[in-house]
Amino acid sequence: MKVIKIDKNDWTRGIDKSRETYQLFGPVTDKNQSVFKQLGKEAYPEMGRTDTIMSPKSVLFPQTEKILTASLDESVENHHIMQMPETDTTPRAAIGIRPYDAKAVQLVKLNFDTPEYRDTYWCDAYEATTFVGLAVNKPSATDFSTSMGSGPFAEEGLDILLVDLEDHYLAKVLTPKGEAFLDGAGFNGVADTDASLKTIEGMKQAAEAAITTKVPTDKLKDKTILDLHSAPFWDDLAFSCINCGTCTFVCPTCWCFDIQDETKGKSTSRFRNWDSCMSPLFTKHGSGHNPRGEKTQRVRQRFMHKLKYFLDKYDQGSMCVGCGRCVEKCPVNIDIRSICNTMNSYEPQK
Amino acid sequence: MDNPYMPYPVRIDDIEIATEDKSLKTFKFVFLNKEDEEKFSYQAGQFAELSIPGVGEIPIGIASSPVEKGFVKFTVFKTGVVTSHLHNMKVGDIMGIRGPLGNWYPWDKLEGKNVVIIGGGFAFTTLRSSIIYMLDPANRSKFGTIDVVYGARSPGMLLYRDELFEWEQRDDINMHITVDGTDDPDWKYNVGFVPTIVEQKAPKADPDTYAIVCGPPIMIKFTQPALEKLGYGEEQIIMSLENRMKCGIGMCGRCNIGKELVCKDGPVFTLKEINLTPKEY
Repeated sequence: MKVIKIDKNDWTRGIDKSRETYQLFGPVTDKNQSVFKQLGKEAYPEMGRTDTIMSPKSVLFPQTEKILTASLDESVENHHIMQMPETDTTPRAAIGIRPYDAKAVQLVKLNFDTPEYRDTYWCDAYEATTFVGLAVNKPSATDFSTSMGSGPFAEEGLDILLVDLEDHYLAKVLTPKGEAFLDGAGFNGVADTDASLKTIEGMKQAAEAAITTKVPTDKLKDKTILDLHSAPFWDDLAFSCINCGTCTFVCPTCWCFDIQDETKGKSTSRFRNWDSCMSPLFTKHGSGHNPRGEKTQRVRQRFMHKLKYFLDKYDQGSMCVGCGRCVEKCPVNIDIRSICNTMNSYEPQK
Repeated sequence: MDNPYMPYPVRIDDIEIATEDKSLKTFKFVFLNKEDEEKFSYQAGQFAELSIPGVGEIPIGIASSPVEKGFVKFTVFKTGVVTSHLHNMKVGDIMGIRGPLGNWYPWDKLEGKNVVIIGGGFAFTTLRSSIIYMLDPANRSKFGTIDVVYGARSPGMLLYRDELFEWEQRDDINMHITVDGTDDPDWKYNVGFVPTIVEQKAPKADPDTYAIVCGPPIMIKFTQPALEKLGYGEEQIIMSLENRMKCGIGMCGRCNIGKELVCKDGPVFTLKEINLTPKEY
């Protein structure tokens, strides 16, 4: 394990140098909101931010993405035949991504990179990306990542873990991709490994201890899908929901999408757009029949998918990383932590 | 691995009006590139996305059979934006097909077995594919008796009428064609809803007999008890489901019933499997 020490006075110079090789993405303020997006030439990642309102999922999965194009002009060759648009798969780096968000990328990967099909767009973007994580020294009140297989200093899905020590960063080099990024940025001051790891370990324990919320998930596995699905609490839990979809919008593991064609003149493009299970149209049949036409059914779908279906399908834990964004942003205070508790402690009537 | 969103270019080779009310048409497509036809190697029971650039995509069961070469066929009910557009297209038009998608009827498991096919309305497409497949001289000996219960609202709403009446004449398939009602005095087949005809005409269950059911939710709902009355177990009832779909490859997230994705883990499930999932279809 190699640890690199980065003096904060060298930070912007290194970031600028890395731009020669990488397109950079990071946390910035946009219209008074903290978002994770591609950095302009003059922009630097705001590393002091506790978190971004929007998760960084858009680095790999843009809210709107052109996936195919075609000409509808019958006088040109290959009209009405879909073509791949130009896609940019040059190296990119997500700077300052939080450990739980990096874990989320690994969960989403199970959906887009399967033995049967490989989602070209997501997977190409994933392979092009170096994940430069930033450990969370002071977890927010809604952070429950330690209950969801992640944590403020978790390394899963990261190529580098940066730890902020006020005047410098310690960078744990986790993969060859991470090493290449640090080389490219000219960050090469090797720190004393043992001493650094000891420092980091101490900070890690302190940060983990600061997360006092514990959300048990241990009993979800042994309950059947049908028992949880038919549990009596769903109407109550869904009662206040206004189906606004904010939770799915900010969630780092919500990947559902829609596909739509848009035509201008004689040229058409097929786009993929984020979609939401909170919308009734999401599941409405051509006949008008809707298997999840009621609000309760949609709310149940979201939590069952996160906490039960995903668990049963992949055996890789919950499809939640405990970032707390949905808890913080829900306009009616629906809290996945308490819903998880309710589900986990539910004893079906035999 | 190829881009799973990229359709194969096809040309509309023939369009046939399939029902008297013209709400269904059968489209015959030919692949522009011969090698794509080989890549589109399918089994009876699978579906595909019909892909019209500038309009969108629709998931439709494949009505042609793997034993029919040189083309693929789909029978499409006019109901939304894409299907309405398709109904207005002409022979010679270029569009796309993405697939084959989903699983299929369990042909390995069905070898050596008696098969009862039960279909209603316009959900007869993959069942037609299956019947053609089983009746193919190379395959017929692999199966025991074949019974078909197929019903529609009226005689003119039955799909593939020429083929149905041809199968009626054969002695290696037992046809039980039915309509909900008719004022045609010459109608010589059954009158009654599919579940009733199933109860009256379908063979009683035995361990070597399997039922394949495809139809509107209401028909499925009432056929299930009829089959159970005949003694069919939940592993002997094989059903093809449908749900709203976009990607067709298990990624876009809308067609799930519990943890199963109808587009990828289905559309074909045994009743036993379906009984373990929420009924969100």
